[in-house]
Amino acid sequence: MRNFSYSRAATSQEALTLIGTIPNAKFLGGGTNLVDLMRENIEQPDALIDVTRLPSAGIAESATGGVSIAAGVKNTAVANHHLIRQRYPVLSQAILFGASGQIRNMATVGGNIMQRTRCYYFYDQSAKCNKRNPGSGCDAIDGFNRIHAILGGSEQCIATHPSDMCVALAALDAMVRINGPGGERAIPLNEFHCLPGDTPHVESLLKPNELIASIELPSLPFARQSLYRKVRDRASYAFALVSIAAALEIENGRIRNVRVALGGVAPKPWRAYEAENVLSGAQADLELFRRAADAELSHARGFRHNNFKIELAKRTMASVLSELAGDNQ
Amino acid sequence: MTVEDEAIFSQSGKTRITLHVNNTARTLDVEPRVSLLDALREYLGLTGTKKGCNQGACGACTVLCNGERTLSCLALAVQYEGSEITTIEGLGSEGRLHPLQAAFVEQDGFQCGYCTPGQICSAIGMIEEFRTGLPSAITPDVATEVLEFSDEEINERMSGNLCRCGAYIGIRAAIRQAFGSELSR
Repeated sequence: MRNFSYSRAATSQEALTLIGTIPNAKFLGGGTNLVDLMRENIEQPDALIDVTRLPSAGIAESATGGVSIAAGVKNTAVANHHLIRQRYPVLSQAILFGASGQIRNMATVGGNIMQRTRCYYFYDQSAKCNKRNPGSGCDAIDGFNRIHAILGGSEQCIATHPSDMCVALAALDAMVRINGPGGERAIPLNEFHCLPGDTPHVESLLKPNELIASIELPSLPFARQSLYRKVRDRASYAFALVSIAAALEIENGRIRNVRVALGGVAPKPWRAYEAENVLSGAQADLELFRRAADAELSHARGFRHNNFKIELAKRTMASVLSELAGDNQ
Repeated sequence: MTVEDEAIFSQSGKTRITLHVNNTARTLDVEPRVSLLDALREYLGLTGTKKGCNQGACGACTVLCNGERTLSCLALAVQYEGSEITTIEGLGSEGRLHPLQAAFVEQDGFQCGYCTPGQICSAIGMIEEFRTGLPSAITPDVATEVLEFSDEEINERMSGNLCRCGAYIGIRAAIRQAFGSELSR
């Protein structure tokens, strides 16, 4: 690993000042992704600014009845918080389905959102990768692309966003609150990450001198009935081939409220708006759930090693919705 | 400039830091890129903690930081100033094993032994998580206040520690022996 300087910010303001004055600096959260990428020389910052000791409001009920989660809170603490476990069980589950106990203890919420793809070619310095080295090409498209995207990819990049937590945040319509030199702003999580298009190295709307401050979960009473399911190559401690985060409310046999998002299939946490359009107001039954999944995956593009994910995503989505519907279908 | 100030604004050279390891303050000069794992093994001579993959995939380097299981290979030593770090050396001593160490011996919880320090530190952290009521991915209802200390829960919660000898059944049995009577209902 190249050497670098290390600073520990005591306040958010100090962190912003440091990032604005030290060239080629990056913020350091739990380090579970960044330290690994630095060891592989994929990330080569000259300076790290540790933001894990900023004053934190932790996890608290917001004025509008939602819940606010400070960016530095560890993943385990989010998953174990009573407000999250009771009101947004899909978020607790998604976090607990990700990584390992050790990594969840270290990883922060902000870092989880900012983590980079696990595409093998992104990690391999000898491979072509438009994300790591813009304009060099993409070895994944004609390579071993089992873990790659079937939705939202481009001719330049089919890497997936690896987060489980973000899939739940996408379904829950979370807001990302950001501090920057110009003050505060907020971006919906569903707009925060970028699709690759012709610029796969641009992964989010966060500017280099900005810091994620917190995540805001809106008040969403029906999310008490929510579920995360993850399909992967081994039963635990593996990235998703397909995952589904969903919340469902049925009234008199019809769908009153529904939220669905997919993980492991796209360059960003993939909110299933097309499926939701099919589902909203309709009579809840398995046939409807399959039709909704078909609609969402109608634009999917499979590659040599991941074509199976299209059918897997459809079946997983229909199955999760059916499980949430229970006896109301 | 005090030691504390140097740590806060280190240049690329070495920084003097103080780590609290197994109830002892240890001062060492490290570059910011030195992992907690290398600080323990190469600078402090605490070679009980093992380097397996060095990329956060195997769990062999697991230590406890303020009681929480942590991958020391992905931790920068400078970031852990002020933490209470417990390694395998801090859990027992010769002739006076930690109950979980004794259980690993009795239940054949290892063959080559390389993953064992990480397994034991991880299991102790895992038990603390269980005591705080943390659910797991396989807990049927994450809002529940009643957790079951089942084989399946142990498997899921210990999945971050790989054992290439495949001693998993013995490892699980050792964890049950050491903690089962307290945590089973």
